[in-house]
Amino acid sequence: MSSNSFAYNEQSGGGEATELGQEATSTISPSGAFGLFSSDLKKNEDLKQMLESNKDSAKLDAMKRIVGMIAKGKNASELFPAVVKNVASKNIEIKKLVYVYLVRYAEEQQDLALLSISTFQRALKDPNQLIRASALRVLSSIRVPIIVPIMMLAIKEAAADLSPYVRKNAAHAIQKLYSLDPEQKEMLIEVIEKLLKDKSILVAGSVVMAFEEVCPDRIDLIHKNYRKLCNLLVDVEEWGQVVIIHMLTRYARTQFVSPWREDDGLEDNEKSFYDSDDEQKEKTDKRKKPYTMDPDHRLLIRNTKPLLQSRNAAVVMAVAQLYWHISPKSEAGIISKSLVRLLRSNREVQYIVLQNIATMSIQRKLEILTNLANEANISTLLREFQTYVKSQDKQFAAATIQTIGRCAANISEVTDTCLSGLVCLLSNRDEIVVAESVVVIKKLLQMQPAQHGEIIKHMAKLLDSITVPVARASILWLIGENCERVPKIAPDVLRKMAKSFTSEDDLVKLQILNLGAKLYLTNSKQTKLLTQYILNLGKYDQNYDIRDRTRFIRQLIVPNEKSGALSKYAKKIFLAQKPAPLLESPFKDRDHFQLGTLSHTLNAKAAGYLELSNWPEVAPDPSVRNVEVIDLAKEWTPAGKAKNENPTKKFYSESEEEEDSSDSSSDSGSESGSESGEEDEEGDSSEDSSEDSSSEPESESGRQSDTENRRVAKRNSKTKGKGDSKDEKKENEKSKTSDSSNAESSSVEESSSDSESESESESESESRKVTKEKEKKTKQDRNRLATDVSLLDLDDFNPVSTPVALPTPALSPSLIADLEGLNLSTSSSVISVSTPVFVPMKTHVLLHRMSGKGLAAHYSFPRQPCIFGDKMVSVQITLNNTTDKKIENIHIREKKLPIGMQMHVFNPIESLEPEGSITVSMGIDFCDSTQTASFQLCTKDDCFSVNIQPPVGELLLPVAMSEKDFKKEQGMLTGMNETSATIIAAPQNFPPSVILQKVINVANAGVVPSGQDNIHRFAAKTVHSGSLMLVTVELKEGSTAQLIINTEKTVIGSVLLRELKPVLSQG
Amino acid sequence: MKMIHSLFLINCSGDIFLEKHWKSVVSQSVCDYFFEAQEKAADVENVPPVISTPHHYLISIYRDKLFFVSVIQTEVPPLFVIEFLHRVADTFQDYFGECSEAAIKDNVVIVYELLEEMLDNGFPLATESNILKELIKPPTILRSVVNSITGSSNVGDTLPTGQLSNIPWRRAGVKYTNNEAYFDVVEEIDAIIDKSGSTVFAEIQGVIDACIKLSGMPDLSLSFMNPRLLDDVSFHPCIRFKRWESERVLSFIPPDGNFRLISYRVSSQNLVAIPVYVKHSISFKENSSCGRFDVTIGPKQNMGKTIEGVTVTVHMPKVVLNMNLTPTQGSYTFDPVTKVLTWDVGKITPQKLPSLKGLVNLQSGAPKPEENPSLNIQFKIQQLAISGLKVNRLDMYGEKYKPFKGVKYVTKAGKFQVRT
Repeated sequence: MSSNSFAYNEQSGGGEATELGQEATSTISPSGAFGLFSSDLKKNEDLKQMLESNKDSAKLDAMKRIVGMIAKGKNASELFPAVVKNVASKNIEIKKLVYVYLVRYAEEQQDLALLSISTFQRALKDPNQLIRASALRVLSSIRVPIIVPIMMLAIKEAAADLSPYVRKNAAHAIQKLYSLDPEQKEMLIEVIEKLLKDKSILVAGSVVMAFEEVCPDRIDLIHKNYRKLCNLLVDVEEWGQVVIIHMLTRYARTQFVSPWREDDGLEDNEKSFYDSDDEQKEKTDKRKKPYTMDPDHRLLIRNTKPLLQSRNAAVVMAVAQLYWHISPKSEAGIISKSLVRLLRSNREVQYIVLQNIATMSIQRKLEILTNLANEANISTLLREFQTYVKSQDKQFAAATIQTIGRCAANISEVTDTCLSGLVCLLSNRDEIVVAESVVVIKKLLQMQPAQHGEIIKHMAKLLDSITVPVARASILWLIGENCERVPKIAPDVLRKMAKSFTSEDDLVKLQILNLGAKLYLTNSKQTKLLTQYILNLGKYDQNYDIRDRTRFIRQLIVPNEKSGALSKYAKKIFLAQKPAPLLESPFKDRDHFQLGTLSHTLNAKAAGYLELSNWPEVAPDPSVRNVEVIDLAKEWTPAGKAKNENPTKKFYSESEEEEDSSDSSSDSGSESGSESGEEDEEGDSSEDSSEDSSSEPESESGRQSDTENRRVAKRNSKTKGKGDSKDEKKENEKSKTSDSSNAESSSVEESSSDSESESESESESESRKVTKEKEKKTKQDRNRLATDVSLLDLDDFNPVSTPVALPTPALSPSLIADLEGLNLSTSSSVISVSTPVFVPMKTHVLLHRMSGKGLAAHYSFPRQPCIFGDKMVSVQITLNNTTDKKIENIHIREKKLPIGMQMHVFNPIESLEPEGSITVSMGIDFCDSTQTASFQLCTKDDCFSVNIQPPVGELLLPVAMSEKDFKKEQGMLTGMNETSATIIAAPQNFPPSVILQKVINVANAGVVPSGQDNIHRFAAKTVHSGSLMLVTVELKEGSTAQLIINTEKTVIGSVLLRELKPVLSQG
Repeated sequence: MKMIHSLFLINCSGDIFLEKHWKSVVSQSVCDYFFEAQEKAADVENVPPVISTPHHYLISIYRDKLFFVSVIQTEVPPLFVIEFLHRVADTFQDYFGECSEAAIKDNVVIVYELLEEMLDNGFPLATESNILKELIKPPTILRSVVNSITGSSNVGDTLPTGQLSNIPWRRAGVKYTNNEAYFDVVEEIDAIIDKSGSTVFAEIQGVIDACIKLSGMPDLSLSFMNPRLLDDVSFHPCIRFKRWESERVLSFIPPDGNFRLISYRVSSQNLVAIPVYVKHSISFKENSSCGRFDVTIGPKQNMGKTIEGVTVTVHMPKVVLNMNLTPTQGSYTFDPVTKVLTWDVGKITPQKLPSLKGLVNLQSGAPKPEENPSLNIQFKIQQLAISGLKVNRLDMYGEKYKPFKGVKYVTKAGKFQVRT
C-alpha cells in the first residue's frame, strides 16, 4: 500500500510537470478550430459537471471534448476521477472514449486506474467477442505494474478463447505485458508457443510479432509451425505477412545450407592432393554432390513469390529481401521488376527502395552493372549522361561524371567509349565538369596504363586553360606517370609550369615538383636545369610542405657525396607502378545489414535489430519441422496407418521418440561442443534409432520398406565407407519428394513406401549425419595439417587448397594440442615455439582483379609454421578468377628477391574455373626484414608483377615460456637491445583482454603468464634467425603504459614498437 | 519489433495539431529533430523520411500538405511504417473526403477512434476500410443530425464479420437496390522525349479502380482481351493469384465500395504510343539580354481521340527575367520568382495547332544558360487506354441478380517531359 501511495505521489508530481510543459506549448500553438478547448481550467470544471450528469449525450459531449484535448497534447489528467467513473457506461461510444482516456492517463494515475480494473475483468467474460477483445486491449494497455498478474491471467484465458479475434488480441497483449514486466518472459513464451500452433490466419501475424519481440532466439518454437506458416502466408493480412517473412528469413538462414555456389572447379587439385583414405573420399564426395535444396527451403521461396505482387510496398520489400538473402542467386532476379514498380510509388517509398536497390546492386556490382550497362546500351547511357552533364545543377553533373567513371572501370569493354566520352567533356565550358572529368580520367588511365598517349597529349594542352587546382594537379601527375610515353610533351609542360610555379596552388606545386623529379630521372638531359630551377623555387616557398618536399626530392635525385643508398632507388621510388584505385560507390558499406530494415536505412544498428546469421555449414536436422499427428504417433498400428490417406499426414508423420533423438542430435550439431561430447552423442542417437526400428516390427509394409531402406543404406556404406551420409541423405530426399508426390497412389512400390519407415530411416541417417559431419570436419582439418607435415619432403607438392573459401583454417582447441605435437621448431631448447594464440583474418591484396585482367589474388598470413623450410614465413594466397573464362597455368616467375631472401613457390595451377577460387600456400624467407618480396604471378597469357610485404608482426613465431625464463632472457637483452615507449590512452583500453587482443593482432607472439595484473608479457622469436623478441606492456598510474621491447634484432624491434604504439593508444 | 510508438500530425507552418500515443507518452519535443531536418532540406518534399534521434527514430510521410510523423523506438522495416502512414492518410481521405488539417480537426474524435482501431500497441490491427466502416461509421450530415437527436452513436458494437472470415476486406450483409459494378481503367504515360523528338524512355503505368455496389457475396471474374500486355501487376488482396497465373483472369470477391483492383505497368518501349509531339525552338543569344521562345504542340498517335486538358509547364533558367509571349490558343502565366512558365492550352484541334511564341528577357550581363529548359506536358484522352488494354467481360457468380456493369477508359500524361 505504501508503495502504492508513493507511486501515486511520484506520478502526480510528474503530472504537474507535464502540465507546465503543456501550458508552454499551448501558448505557442495557435488556437484554430480548437479555440473551444483551449486549456482553460474553468472549462474543466464544466466538463466535470457534464461527466457527472445523467444524460449520455452530455457525457458523450464531454468525452469528445476531452479526447480533443488529448489529441492536441493538452493535459486533461485532473479529470481522471470524473472520467473513470464512466468506464462502465452502457453507451458504447462513451465507453470507447473512456478507454482512450484511460490508456493515455492510467500510467500517471495508477491508484485511480485500479478502480476500473474490475469492469474490465467483467468485460473479459462478456459473450460479445468484440467487447472481450477490447477489454483485453485496454487492460493490457494500462501500464500499471500492479496489475501484471491480472494481465497474465487474462492473456492466458484469452489465448484459449474460441474467437480468433480475441486470440489475436491476446498475442498483442503478450508484447505489452512483456514490455511492462520482462520477468514474465517464461510464462509468456508458453503462451506464445501455444498460439503459434493456432491455425487461424488472424492470429499468425500477431503471434509471430510477439515471438519476435519476446523470444526471437527461441527458433526451436518455429520448427513445428514452419510449414504451416509458409502455407498460411498468402492469406495472412499484409502487416502480418511482413513480420512473418522477416522472421522466416532469419529462420531459413539458420536452418538451411547456403544455396549459393561459390567453389567449383577445385576437385581436381583436391583429389590429387589427398590420399584415398576414407575421410578424404567422403569429403570429395561431399563436394561432388550437387546441391539439393531442402524442400522446406523451397517451400518458403515458392510460397512467398505471389506476394511480390502485393499492393503493399512493405510486403514486396520483405519478399525482395527474403529472395535476396535466402534464394539461389539465379532466382533473385525476379524481384527486380517488383522493386522497379515500387519506385513509381510515394516519395518516401522511393527513398527506401532506392537505398535497398543501391545495396543490392553493389553487392552484385558486376552482374547488375553489366546488366544495366553493356556494350549495346552504353552509348544510350552516355548520351543520357551527356544531357545530365549539361544540367544546371553542377553537383549533379559532377556526380554523373563519377558514375561514368565507375561504369568504365567496371565494364572493361566500354572503357574506351567512356574515356572518349570523358575526353569530349574536357572541352566543356564549365570548369567543374572539366575538373571532375580530369580526375576521373586520371583514375581510369591509372587502371589501364596502355596506349593512351593521345589522351595525355590532349590533357597536356588543356593545362593552359584549366584553372581548377585538383584538375591541374591530376593532369601533372598523369603526365609524370606516363612521362616515358610522351617524351616530347612532358619537358615542355614542365617548362610551362616552371614559369607559373609561383602563382600555382599548393596542390599543383607539389605535383610540379613530382613531375620535375620524375622527368629528371627519365630524361635528365633535357630537364636537369629546369628541375633544379623548380627545386630552387620550391626551397623558398611559403608553404613548409612544399619546402619539405623540395628538400626531400633534392636529396633523393640529385647525386652528391652525402646522399646515401636511397638515391640508387630513386627511380624505383618515383616510378614504381602504383596500384590503380578502386572506384567505389558511396553505398558500399551498407551491405552487412539485412535489407529493408531500419538499420539498413540508417546505416547504423537500431535497437532491437536482429542479426541475420550466416548460413550453417551443415544444415540442422530438417526432420524437426515434421509435424507429428499426435494420435497416430502415439498409438501407431498398421491399421491406423492404413486408414491414413491424407498425403500430408502420411508424409510428415513420425514417432515421438524419433523426434527427440533427432532433436538432440541437431542441438549437438549447432553447438560447438568438444569432440568427445559429440562422440557420446553419436552413440546415443544411433542407439535411439536402432531401438526405434526394433520396436516397430509390427508394421508390415513398414518393415518391408524399412529393410529395403536399410539395405540401400548398407550397400552405400559398404561401397563408400563411412562417408556417405550425405549421399544417403540425398537419396532419402529424393525418395522423400517422390514419396510425397506419389503419396495418393497406393500401389506399393519403393517410392510409395510407408511414410513411417521412410522418415524413420531418414531421421536416423540424418542424426548420424549431423554428428558425423561434425566429427568428419575436425578430422579433416587435422588430417590436412597432418598431410602438410608429412608431405614436407615431397617434391611434387600440390597446392594446398582449403575446402571452403576461408583463407585461414579455423583451429579448434583440440587441434592446437595436435599442432603442438607436430611442432617443427629446431631452435634452441629453451625457446619452444607454441601455437598462435590468434590468427587474424586480415587479407592483403596481392593482385587486384582490374590489374590482373580478372585474376585476383589476396594473401594472408596463417601464422602456421611453414612446411617448406623452418626459416620461412608461410603465406597463403587465395586466387580468384573473376572472368568468365578459365584461367590456365597460374604460376610464379622471375623472383626479384633481395639478397638472402628465399621463396618456395606453389606448384603451377593448371586451370582455374570462372568464378573459381583456390588457396595455395607459399613459404618466404624474409631474412627477418620487412623488405618486399617481388615476383611475377603469371598465367598462360599474362604476367603481373606483384609484391608481398610482410607486416613485422608476421615475421615472428610465438614462443611459450614461463615468467621466470622471460625475465631471465629480458635481463640479457638490455641496453641497446631494448627499445621502449610510453603510451597514453584512456584506462578503458587497458583491460588485460583488450591489450592481449591488440598485441596479438599485430604480432604473432605468445602470451607469457604473468604474476602481476599490471604487466603483460609476450614472447616470440623471429622466423629466420630465431632471435627472441620480448614485448612487455606495463600499466602505470593514470592513463599511461610503458611498452618495452627487448630483442637482438633492433631494427625489427623498433619497427614493431612503432606499430604497436598507435594500436595500443587508440580506443 | 515494437512498431509505431506515437504519431504526430504537423501542418505546413510547423504546428503539431494532433498527437496520439499507443504506448507511454512521448513528448512533443521529439518533433524538434524533425523540424531541424525540415529546415535543412531545401524543399518540403525533401525531408528525409527516416530521421535518427538519440532515443527514437522518426519516420514521416508528406501527404496533402501535412506531415505524418511517427515515432519508433526499435528496429522495424521502414517501409512498413511508411506504408501504414499512407494507409492512415487514405483512410482519412475515405472518411472525410479530404485529408486536410481542417477535416481532421473537425472530426478529431473519429480520427482518434480510427487510430485506436488501426493500431494496437503500435501494430496494425484493422486497416481495411470495409472493416473500419463497420466499427466506426463515417460522418454524414444526416447521421450527425440523427445522432444529436437520438443520442445514438457512430460506433458499432459488434465485431465486423469480415474480421473473422477469410475475406476480411468485405463486410457482410451488404444490400443495394441498384446493383452496379464500375471499373475505371486509368493509364498514365511516363516519357522522356529528347531534343530530336525520339523517345528516350516511355512507360505506361495503369490502374484499374473499381466502384462496386453489389448485394451479398458476389464472386466476380474480369477478363481482358489482351492480358499479356500487362507486364508487372500488383493486386488488391482480394484477387486470387492462382487464377491469374493460370488463366490470366481476375477472379475476386470484391470489397464493398471504392477500391483499387490492380495496378500494372506496360514498359516495352515500342508498345508505348506517344500521343503528342512538340515542335520547339528555344534559343538564348550570347551576350545579349534576350532570347526566343517558340513552342508548337500537336497530336501524334492519338488513335483518333481528342487530346484535352493540355498544359505545358516550363522551369525557365534562373537568368530569365521575364517573358513576352503570344499564345494562339489558351493562356499563359510566367512567375518571375519561381521562373515557372505555365501555358494552359486546353483541347488540341489538328486543324489549328496551338503555339506559343515570343521573346525572353534575360538578366543583362549574366552568361547565357547552358541548356534549354525541358517542357513538362499534361494531357488527358478520354475513352482510350493507350496501351490498348481492353476489358473483355465481367461475370458474376454466387448471386442471382443481374448487376449493371460499366467500364471507362482514360489516358493521362504522367511524368511527360520533352527536352529542348
